[in-house]
Amino acid sequence: MSTVTAQETPPGADLEHQAEFDAKVAADQRIEPRDWMPEAYRRTLVRQVSQHAHSEIIGMQPEGDWIASAPSLRRKAILLAKVQDEAGHGLYLYAAAETLGVDRADLTERLIEGRQKYSSIFNYPSLTFADVGVIGWLVDGAAICNQVPLCRSSFGPYSRAMVRICKEESFHQRQGYELLMRMMEGTEGQRRMVQDAVDRWWWPSLMMFGPPDAESPNTRQSMAWRIKRDTNDDLRQKFVDMSVPQAEKLGVTLPDPELAWNGERGHYDFGEPDWVEFKQVVSGAGPKNAERVARRRAAHEKGAWVREAATAYARKHQSAEEATV
Amino acid sequence: MSGDTIFTALTEEHGGDARWAFGTGFTDALAGVDTTLPAGVDGGDLALYCQMLGDDALVQAQRLVEWVTDAPELEEEVALANIALDLLGQARLLLARAGQADGTGRDEDAFAYRRGPTEFRNVHLAEAPRGDFARAVVTLLALSSSRLALFARLTDSKDPVLAAIAAKAVNELAYHREYAVSWTLRLGDGTPYSRERTAEAVAAVWPLTGELFATHSVEARLAGQGVGVDPATVRDEVHAVLARVLVEATLDAPAPFPESATAGRDGRHTELLAPLLDELQKVAREHPEATW
Repeated sequence: MSTVTAQETPPGADLEHQAEFDAKVAADQRIEPRDWMPEAYRRTLVRQVSQHAHSEIIGMQPEGDWIASAPSLRRKAILLAKVQDEAGHGLYLYAAAETLGVDRADLTERLIEGRQKYSSIFNYPSLTFADVGVIGWLVDGAAICNQVPLCRSSFGPYSRAMVRICKEESFHQRQGYELLMRMMEGTEGQRRMVQDAVDRWWWPSLMMFGPPDAESPNTRQSMAWRIKRDTNDDLRQKFVDMSVPQAEKLGVTLPDPELAWNGERGHYDFGEPDWVEFKQVVSGAGPKNAERVARRRAAHEKGAWVREAATAYARKHQSAEEATV
Repeated sequence: MSGDTIFTALTEEHGGDARWAFGTGFTDALAGVDTTLPAGVDGGDLALYCQMLGDDALVQAQRLVEWVTDAPELEEEVALANIALDLLGQARLLLARAGQADGTGRDEDAFAYRRGPTEFRNVHLAEAPRGDFARAVVTLLALSSSRLALFARLTDSKDPVLAAIAAKAVNELAYHREYAVSWTLRLGDGTPYSRERTAEAVAAVWPLTGELFATHSVEARLAGQGVGVDPATVRDEVHAVLARVLVEATLDAPAPFPESATAGRDGRHTELLAPLLDELQKVAREHPEATW
């Protein structure tokens, strides 16, 4: 696998750089922003890191909707802290993307104009307070499964951002699971809410790992570059294997009749997610796509005068300072 | 970091381990503080006073949360959420103290989720509409400045619990005020448009400021005993702070705070509080037997 390098053969002078780059990646060393890197590597990373940042920001919405109505002050504080963390994650990730020579304002424009994607999971609605718990358990769980290997991403700023983000995400997952445990010990109505939320989020969570390997053309190159460390199907299997015992402990049923332990493989067998639905949601036809982006756009546009004021103030005071020097 | 560790950790027993959420006030800020009522203090008075201060924070936090996913910049999302989280933490401690003081043993959630609007004791400015960002900033400026002035004095309260809560809160409130000041300056001295919006915000907020300094009979009694603070005593100090900030922000020097009688402190509110509480309480009320 380590013999696969850039698909584009660089001309003359770049050959030496390319060889250095390949050797570094192969030795599991980090590529830093000032290092030479193939243009396609830079482009792929910009896309990956900015989509990840956008996912954090859009991902604030489904849970953010429940902060105002959280049924205890403790849950309200936890949820508020969590959603605040997600804004923070978005900020580190935009900063990591900026080290690749892009501008956060431009990335924001790309998001609100629908030119860049974010994780399609956030295009599903959060219908009850149990969704807060299930998003923490399954959605953050799947995100961690995807992201922990990225702490070893070949690109330094991204890998370092991921270390911090993964630590916080693991707290998020635990708060979700703890909420569900509490609800399962509660009333019959609460148990029904939890099962209903699991039924709705299970399949979209499996889709978070992306299309099957056979239909994921970029995986091989990204793995060669070590900006992706495992294939989609491997991560999905790992997630299923981890989630089944957690579901059993919780006392919920995962909505997949094909789910069964396969002793020969040493893994759980599971059914195929609905890839037609996946493609629809990714391409913008999910239940909440339009609303999520519209809300971000509205906040951005409504806030334009505030950002302009801050810029004008900074300019005035900078020139005042210069005048006194 | 190993992914397996994270996942296996999930189904392990954690006992009293509360490390799984930062910043949510799980560590007991009152550990080791004597919770017996100071001699001669009426428990009912102290409970009402704690509700006044706690409800200001809870209702203001609920309004601030409306900015989450709706702020002009991500940094402001983080900052406003952080301020709301601090206020929520203050509210939780104060409401829990109210339940100790009145002898009912009610917990923070009993106060937050099982009282109607006429039992809430917050000032009207806390429940006022969030408005635009300038309005949010000016509201925060007024509320954080007056609360900081009160809490700085409450650190000497003869009620050790109130004193401990205030000692924790003053650092938070100093940051809230600093944040509000920095944005008042940027907006006031930013563009002509932002200046106009900020002047309008001051005009909208100012009529509600008088109530912040109106003395309720409970406040007067507890101030006399060294347990509470009469808000009238911080009126001039707070006015001086606001005047300095507004002038520095190139806005007009403010009028004196209007004279006002108590209103929210008596449980009399604007029409805005009931819908705010409906939203806060709806899930809890739908599941009265539930634990969360």
